[in-house]
Amino acid sequence: MTAKSASVMHARDLKKISGRQKGLRILGQSGVYLFLILMAAIVLFPFYWMIISSLKSLAEYRLSRPTFWPQQVLLSNYADAFTTAKLGVLFKNTMIVGIVSTLLSLVITVLTAFAFARLEFKGKELLFAALLATMMIPGELFTITNYSTVTNFGWRNTYTVLIVPFLVSVFYIYLLRQSFLQIPNELYLAAKVDGTSDFKYLWKVMVPLALPTLISITILKMMGAWNSYIWPRLVANDEAHRLITNGLRNAFTDTTGDVNYPVQMAAVALVSAPLFLVFVFLRKYIMSGVSRSGIKG
Amino acid sequence: MVESKQQWKAWLYLAPAIVLLLVFTVWPIINTVAMAFMENYSGLAKVGGESAFRIGFGNFVRVVQNSEFQSALYNTILLCLITVPVSTVLALLIAVALNAIKPLRNVLQTVFFLPYVTNAIAIGMVFAAMFNIVGNIGGRRQIIVTAGIVNNVIEFFGGQTVNWINNGSTYWANMAVLIIYIVWNALPFKILILTSGLQSINKQYYEAAKVDSTPRWRVLTRITVPLLSPMLAYVVITGFIGGFKEYTSVVGIFGEGMGPAHAQGRMNTMVGLIYDSLATNNQGRASAAALILFAIILLVTMINLYVSKKRVHY
Repeated sequence: MTAKSASVMHARDLKKISGRQKGLRILGQSGVYLFLILMAAIVLFPFYWMIISSLKSLAEYRLSRPTFWPQQVLLSNYADAFTTAKLGVLFKNTMIVGIVSTLLSLVITVLTAFAFARLEFKGKELLFAALLATMMIPGELFTITNYSTVTNFGWRNTYTVLIVPFLVSVFYIYLLRQSFLQIPNELYLAAKVDGTSDFKYLWKVMVPLALPTLISITILKMMGAWNSYIWPRLVANDEAHRLITNGLRNAFTDTTGDVNYPVQMAAVALVSAPLFLVFVFLRKYIMSGVSRSGIKG
Repeated sequence: MVESKQQWKAWLYLAPAIVLLLVFTVWPIINTVAMAFMENYSGLAKVGGESAFRIGFGNFVRVVQNSEFQSALYNTILLCLITVPVSTVLALLIAVALNAIKPLRNVLQTVFFLPYVTNAIAIGMVFAAMFNIVGNIGGRRQIIVTAGIVNNVIEFFGGQTVNWINNGSTYWANMAVLIIYIVWNALPFKILILTSGLQSINKQYYEAAKVDSTPRWRVLTRITVPLLSPMLAYVVITGFIGGFKEYTSVVGIFGEGMGPAHAQGRMNTMVGLIYDSLATNNQGRASAAALILFAIILLVTMINLYVSKKRVHY
């Protein structure tokens, strides 16, 4: 309204100003692009450097004038990395832990979220609030006692110890309950009238409808297994059960000094590759999961 | 009655989660608080530490007086105070810039989110390689190393190379590398939250500013920041919580020594200290340290909430 009347009143003045403004705007806009592209280059540089370095020979890597593209592409670094870090076993262990814990975690999360979203029972609100409250407590506080618990259970150095203690995530329950609540209640009542059991309704109607959230949870959980470091190092650091991040760190203890960096970077690239693939193909699920949460992994 | 049938059925659905939560969440809370007050206690029956212990504040006193704790606390607070503001301001500028463009926006948005899906240890190792020394290591038996792109770049522009993380490096050089890495790592989450916040701001404010030909800087400080303040508060609070739990980025760069070769443990953080106490079977002290960490996080969050209550426009 005001903008319109102003433009009618001072149409000529505005035209003059807008000409000057246009020039300023183009200047400002190219500044914005310059800033963004510079920042993007900084963000991308470590990835670029990792890949480039992993393809160089050691001699080339050590040139005092660094090359920004390998003179001779050396894929053998990757084979060396694979054997040095015993990546095969690490990949296998991580996949077993990741897949089993994701599947079990999904089942538990679906059942719990369904109870909180659709069923009626005494103390529901109180229990849910108590669950949410535990999210505030730093994980280290649990780890101390859990470390004793699993040791006394005799679970050290097994797959069980890597899977069971973290099966329940309050955050996933919360996330899934939110998407369950968005499914109209009429659907549930109609199913009840038809004599469908709660359990059948859950698997045939609710789970398919909440599929995007379930995919988000799956990705976050798998990424969690891939990136977990502290707990596995503490309770299952034997060669048979070691996970990928731990194995990578153990295989290359030196980060500084006279290290065969091309091989080390090849190993880092191999460990990062599955994450990049997930990122490329499933970005939107990760982003939507993350923006609703604020929790990493 | 249908009601009571639903009651037990609901608990059946909840059973697996509740059993696991009781063992691995509720019991740890009780037990950890109790252990913090039990002196000379080890939770492992095998070690035989359960026999003799006293009740008291001894663990807290011992933890606080420990010089390693003091340096870990100092490192953690310093990291938080520097990385949270720096990454928040950078993320804000990037988010606002992203919001101001149309072509290339999606591509750039994707690029800025990329560091989120990385392995903190793995990419820490890349940063360590980038900040490596250029020149000689060691005394008589010198090893000649010419790697470390950051020093190469400094040399190229005629600057003096810096010993960032190698043997003999200074505390502040180590700190600088850690800060750069943590900021790099913290950006994607903050940018994602802030860009989605920006998209929900009513466009009318910007149109009004355009009519008044308000300069960009004023638009940013007078319109964008106030309207984005709930998101900014959220990003700052989660940033502080994450910052106080910093640990893996240090492991990524320095390895499990938590510092350069000549000063192992110098860059240790609060979380690192808790795990060190665990590794030496000192459950009591680890619990006390964890409770202190929790108290600090709670306090900082409350201060943040208090400040944002006064400053945030909802």
